Amino acid sequence: MSAPERDAKKGAKGAAPAVRLGTYAKNTWCPGCGNFAILNAVKSVFQDLIAAGTRREDIVVVADIGCSSKIMDYVGVNSFDSLHGRAIPTAVGVKLANPHLEVVVHVGDGGAYAEGLEHLVFAAKRNADITVIVHDNGVYALTIGQAGPMTPPGYKGRSTPYGSEGAPFNPLELLHVAGATWLGRGYTHGIPLLKRLYREAIAHRGFSLVDTLQVCVTFRNMYEVYNERVYELEGHDPTDEAAALAKIREWDYAADGPVALGHFLARERPVFGDAFAANAGDVDVEAAVADVFSALT
Amino acid sequence: MDSFSVLIGGKAGDGITEAGGMIAHLLNAIGYRLFRHVDAPSLIRGGHNFVIVRAHRRRISAHRDHVNVLIALNAETIERHEWRLKQRPVTVFDAEAIKPADLPASLHPFRTGIPVKTILEQEEAPPVMRNSAILGAFCKAISIPWEVLEDVITRYQPKKTELNLRVARRGYELATEKLVVDLPGGAPQPILGGLEAVGLGLVRGGLKAYASYPMTPATGLLHFLAKQAPRFGLKVVQPEGEIAAMLMALGCAYAGERAAVGTSGGGFALMVEGLSMAGQAELPIVVVLGQRPGPSTGLPTYTAQTELEFALTAGHGEFPRAIVAPGDVEQAYAWSTLALDLAWKYQVPVIVLGDRTLHDSSQSFDMGAVPELPRLRQLDWDGAPVGEDPDLAYRRYLITDDGVSPLAFPGCEGAMVKANSYTHDEFGVTTEDPGMTVRMQDKWLRKERALADELEELPSVNVYGDPEAARTVVTWGSPAGALREIGEFAGLRVVQPVVLWPFPTRQLEAVLAGSGQTVVVEMNATGQFAGLMRRHGLRVDGAVNRYDGRPFGVGELQARVEEALR
Repeated sequence: MSAPERDAKKGAKGAAPAVRLGTYAKNTWCPGCGNFAILNAVKSVFQDLIAAGTRREDIVVVADIGCSSKIMDYVGVNSFDSLHGRAIPTAVGVKLANPHLEVVVHVGDGGAYAEGLEHLVFAAKRNADITVIVHDNGVYALTIGQAGPMTPPGYKGRSTPYGSEGAPFNPLELLHVAGATWLGRGYTHGIPLLKRLYREAIAHRGFSLVDTLQVCVTFRNMYEVYNERVYELEGHDPTDEAAALAKIREWDYAADGPVALGHFLARERPVFGDAFAANAGDVDVEAAVADVFSALT
Repeated sequence: MDSFSVLIGGKAGDGITEAGGMIAHLLNAIGYRLFRHVDAPSLIRGGHNFVIVRAHRRRISAHRDHVNVLIALNAETIERHEWRLKQRPVTVFDAEAIKPADLPASLHPFRTGIPVKTILEQEEAPPVMRNSAILGAFCKAISIPWEVLEDVITRYQPKKTELNLRVARRGYELATEKLVVDLPGGAPQPILGGLEAVGLGLVRGGLKAYASYPMTPATGLLHFLAKQAPRFGLKVVQPEGEIAAMLMALGCAYAGERAAVGTSGGGFALMVEGLSMAGQAELPIVVVLGQRPGPSTGLPTYTAQTELEFALTAGHGEFPRAIVAPGDVEQAYAWSTLALDLAWKYQVPVIVLGDRTLHDSSQSFDMGAVPELPRLRQLDWDGAPVGEDPDLAYRRYLITDDGVSPLAFPGCEGAMVKANSYTHDEFGVTTEDPGMTVRMQDKWLRKERALADELEELPSVNVYGDPEAARTVVTWGSPAGALREIGEFAGLRVVQPVVLWPFPTRQLEAVLAGSGQTVVVEMNATGQFAGLMRRHGLRVDGAVNRYDGRPFGVGELQARVEEALR
């Protein structure tokens, strides 16, 4: 019996909950990996969405490549595991084709902030109606521990044995400038906050991103550092763009200091794809083609 | 005359391309079939642009290098193109830009110059109306009735029509008649650029989204579809680059909408990783690939057939694909529809391989000459669950006899659709299992066989001229237009495979049976198609290659083919 058949049989006779959202895939993340928290939070948010009336069939997870992308094997919804750096344009295409779908991207900091940076900036610029969850661990983990775009200088990995160069940029500051309409930061210690952020980001119409400080226990264990420095935003008004930028700039992803978690920014801008709504609907293609032929005569 | 050619030349920025379009409309209006070749360097102002419009009583798909009428907006046009002039050439020129005394003596008897600047001043017309005066003179010079010009200007220059007509009338009155062309009559035909034909074909094939970053010679398709988007219910996107274009289109395909991308070699290089994903994830996609000379930036606005091997091998890993190379507008229309149908029936990438010549030349479109190709149906999931678990009712990569798995899309009731760029099992869950790796690769091999069998049943290979002749010419893509004519009047067997991959071995063997001396004509230096033929055991005795970025004209190509066949 194949694994799926075994699983199917188990599912048929077991007392499965109404919405399981699990799969038969064996989880291969390291024990203690921050990705478990992200998986649990996002599954819980999807379950709530479904309970509130969203069809499971209308949820799509688009994943990048890396430890983060394994999430698509573990969550029982539609999924598309795309290429490294290319999850975002893939997701934009999915949403373009069917605006009715809830499209959530899971991507590491390498895919979002290095290989796929142009797509990230342009998705924000266009205000594409997708939610991007960045698994930001500041290291290339699946390729066994190289410095990444969010790695602070001096990191000794196999590709930088004498210490990495160059400080990280602040992705939230960049996206604020690029035109993102919803920005937040979470941390994989603290599932209630993650759930709240993911739920609100998905509910937002337009480009939303949750930079999730996700700890890689194997190559860059930041639990102690983060635990001492994180705090939750209180009394911050996310519709105040200047205040949002100031809060975003408080931590530059390298220096020591307080690390704010929560919802930084919310604003409204025209949403990518809305202009095409006028083109949607059934078209008599043969008649339209005939029209063009006669116009060209 | 059954046939004649008109060249108009001037500086870039003089509106030469548009004037060439008006000449085509004029000749169309009096009943000729046309081919319009545009030569425009990669710049906006300055430099030399020219257009050759060839008119014929019968359908044509190529230009001739020699011309009967030369319209010169500047002296450089005369210097550059004097060699093209045949006996008794008619020269229409701006007598205030070119001193009549400076014209070569051979042009004197049949020249007619008009004072363009003076006409514009007297009519208080802006400099852009210069070409209306020139078109007036052109019509008079070759005896096209004024009413024809009046109709064409009224229809195609809707802005300031009255003033344009006055300027044209002055040009008409001041020029003299030098040649009397026949007026064949008959209904005008649609005039289509190759990319317009591709676009209409894709739309007929159910295209819903087009993503493209501007690059010659594919930009025309982006412009055409963007303009027609409301009429066709299309989503046309110009994203941040070719990588994004490819990935957006694949996202659309996953979500169930037929999508295409268009680019040239450099942009296609960026799309190749996505092309491989289309192979692994079994996503349908059509790539309109316009060839131009390379390597690298090369000659951006000129023509070549140098990407056949690239198109054949692009992508890491081994996966099925199809490549079709139309040779004229009718083929471009029919095969672009089929390309989308093939992509969706077999869930594979399909490349429509064109070039600058096919894409950006215009031709009279003859609906009667459109190849008869069937519409193919995609295999949609019927909703019947596989197994007992309702969560696992649908298997995106179900193993089947012909390798084709039923399609379902996100939103489809009861289906969980998992697409994956990793090696995966039938549900789309990542696997590294050696047995499943082989089963999926074998599934793709079966798909490719089914695809090849289907294409062998279609008219994938055309034969022109004398199908029994020993002397044989094989070509692909745009040179087929010139060779169709050459085959007829030189009594050659001309063979044009439109399907280049899967290689149509059976059809090619059949049409080449009994052939003698066989040469392959293609616009590259290394003989890419000839090499492909040899790899499939087909004999090639000689080659005619051209790689200066310029298309074959009928006369020059005939001479080179005859020499190669000697």
